[in-house]
Amino acid sequence: MSDTTDLTADVPAEEVEEASVSVAEERRAAHDVWVSGTEERMPFATGTDEGAQEMLPSDIDPALAIQEGIEVDDDYVDEDDDHDFGDRQIINMGPQHPSTHGVLRLQMELEGETVVRVKPIIGYLHTGMEKTAETLNYAQGATNVTRMDYLSPFHNELAYSLTVEQLLGIDVPPRANAIRVLMTELNRVSSHLLWAATQGMDIGALSMMIYGWRERETCLDFFEKTTGLRMNHNYIRVGGVAADLPDGWRDDVASLITTVSRGVDEYEQLLNENPIFLDRTMGVGVITPKEVEQFGITGPMARASGVNWDLRKEMPYCGIDQYEFDVPLGKYGDVHDRYEVRIAEIRESLKIVEQVMDSMPSGDYRTEDRKVTPPPRKRIDESMEALIHHFKLFTEGIAVPPGTAYQAVEGPRGEIGCMMISKGGSRPWRMHWRAPSFAAVQALPVMMTDSLVADVVASLASADPVLGDVDR
Amino acid sequence: MSIFIEATIKVIAAFVFLLLTTLIIIWAERKWVSDLQNRIGPDRAGPFGILQSLADGAKAFFKESIRPARADFVIYMAAPIAAVLPALLIFLVIPIGAPVEIGGTEYTLQVMDLNIGLLYVLALSSIAVYAITLAGWSSGSKYPLLGAVRASAQMISYEAAMGLALVPVVLFAGTTSIAGIVDGQQGTFGAFLPAWNIVLLPSFVIFLIAGFAETNRAPFDLVEAESEIVGGYHTEYSGLTFAMFFLAEYINVFNISALTATLFLGGWAGPVPDFLPTAIQWLVPIFWFLLKTWAVVFLFVWVRATLPRMRYDQLMAFGWKRLIPVSLAWIILCAVAIGFREFGAPWS
Repeated sequence: MSDTTDLTADVPAEEVEEASVSVAEERRAAHDVWVSGTEERMPFATGTDEGAQEMLPSDIDPALAIQEGIEVDDDYVDEDDDHDFGDRQIINMGPQHPSTHGVLRLQMELEGETVVRVKPIIGYLHTGMEKTAETLNYAQGATNVTRMDYLSPFHNELAYSLTVEQLLGIDVPPRANAIRVLMTELNRVSSHLLWAATQGMDIGALSMMIYGWRERETCLDFFEKTTGLRMNHNYIRVGGVAADLPDGWRDDVASLITTVSRGVDEYEQLLNENPIFLDRTMGVGVITPKEVEQFGITGPMARASGVNWDLRKEMPYCGIDQYEFDVPLGKYGDVHDRYEVRIAEIRESLKIVEQVMDSMPSGDYRTEDRKVTPPPRKRIDESMEALIHHFKLFTEGIAVPPGTAYQAVEGPRGEIGCMMISKGGSRPWRMHWRAPSFAAVQALPVMMTDSLVADVVASLASADPVLGDVDR
Repeated sequence: MSIFIEATIKVIAAFVFLLLTTLIIIWAERKWVSDLQNRIGPDRAGPFGILQSLADGAKAFFKESIRPARADFVIYMAAPIAAVLPALLIFLVIPIGAPVEIGGTEYTLQVMDLNIGLLYVLALSSIAVYAITLAGWSSGSKYPLLGAVRASAQMISYEAAMGLALVPVVLFAGTTSIAGIVDGQQGTFGAFLPAWNIVLLPSFVIFLIAGFAETNRAPFDLVEAESEIVGGYHTEYSGLTFAMFFLAEYINVFNISALTATLFLGGWAGPVPDFLPTAIQWLVPIFWFLLKTWAVVFLFVWVRATLPRMRYDQLMAFGWKRLIPVSLAWIILCAVAIGFREFGAPWS
């Protein structure tokens, strides 16, 4: 019973050793730094009690910089590291830390207050949403994806809906498109306002936090009025939107625009010439345009580094190209540029919203395609066909032909992309998301290394990661 | 009356006054900050939420005090006491009103007028550094350690600036007794301009900035920077021990405000002539003192609601490269001015 079979009993001892060495080397080469809990004894493992995920020794650290096929300007790898760990300590920032924006964990190697190395550890908010999507039909899918990047639910829903519509090969009516643009741009405003609030708080400007939330509230009020919920709306659906805009929406949006612009002016009064704010943000957390491309960073972070890439201009969706707006660009790629770019984006988005308001087309807010949109309740009593369609849509769901589709939209944090493979039927066979926050979190070591702990917080806030988006 | 009885009464009165004031400061800060931030602020406990600090204190008192396993017990428990004691003691030398005459004897509204009053204040505020450093170190945890290191660097360098800012005041007053400095600020320049030390503007500004740093208040609150090092030195403290650090911080805010009012804003001296009937005349100086002190307290709160936090290296650079050279130059200027005044121009 209790026989323990030694698998290596027949093999000569030196061969085993040789084999394990080569396997270890191979694994190291293949997995580079992301292997945690390697069998080898590491310099840190002896002296610290950091748990399972130790920092790896410095000699394989360049791997962190040079991931497969990608070469990175590694300003954060200390080449002549002499392994003097006497003054260094490893500190875990997060997952429960006031300013890690959810449950990000940063493992930092500190020398005094200087950050020598950083390793972002993610996965604390992983809920398997991409897998869940495989069991939800296309009508239910939007409720799922809206919870990924919970600060920009409309963008998630939009990316999802556009992808499915691409598979279906249908177009949505112009009014639906206009409503989608209106809601997503307002969502960008609300997300950037929340960012302004947290960025302020993280560098110690406490009032900024409340001011940002205050203006965001006006956006959320409008969302609530339109969709019934403040977040996770499930409003933008396949084939259009769930409901038409509420009565008096023009007044609401007009007053929202006034309130938010006044608020943004106030933020600028509070921060723009504040020497402490400038000191804390200028030259902190710099990302070069080259690094932007290598890490796949998009959105305001890329544009702050001077990379002119905005999907609304490059690959327009929902007819957003018919509205006039500018793409604000930064120059230095530091925290301050990100601040300026985001503040400018709020204004640009409000500009779009204003234009949408003036040019809102009349007509249907969802497609007439009866294979996608359920018939109105009244029609069910009159028409047998309508009853059948209604029944089929709510029992089987929307039938989507086989195919693969990818559609991305410009979210507040960058390119939110949805990749979907359908094998027919009413559920996607596979779904994968391109999360902008993921790329941003990946680039954190570049931004943070060789800065101080206070800068770590400022950089992290300026990256504006949403952990729901990173982990999904 | 025996001097001991007098001292005892004064000490108890000062203690009660200080604790009550602190409770009100905590409440007032929360109220003011909430007004500045478009919030309502505490409004549940008592009218306008004025009992909020009392409720918080009671909560802290009944909370379990959690001690980290790696904490150094003796120092860990001694640190909060070392934080509160100097804060309480500093107040003893601050006069809160003009001397009062009761039954022919004159009593000062100050627990003790030390002839080395200012040095005493500086010495005690130095001890407060120990409390914070030891608290951070003895917690046996990393974030508090970072806070402790920040505290020792910050408070020592700003202690220097603070001391230097006070030198011109001492030079002009010719005494380090705080009652003496207040007496020196009575009267007016010309017709009606009160002769307050605020005319030593560089000293006033540097003292105030150093005061912000000494009390670890925004924008110099990086010792307990919540968004960076969680809670700094008091991360591992809970319950009553935490409440003691909290108490010490607010007593210090009041102390620095009272000192600013006393040393630079004329203390209990009012800007207008006395106007009340003689019976309650003694209340007027107290009113002026409290008004000035609370104005400075409000400044503390206002700054906290407005400014972001400085970074460690910026803070040190600001202290050593700006404040200290400026105060040194200002001391020389003042000394030369006094030299002219006392001995006349060397060429005459």
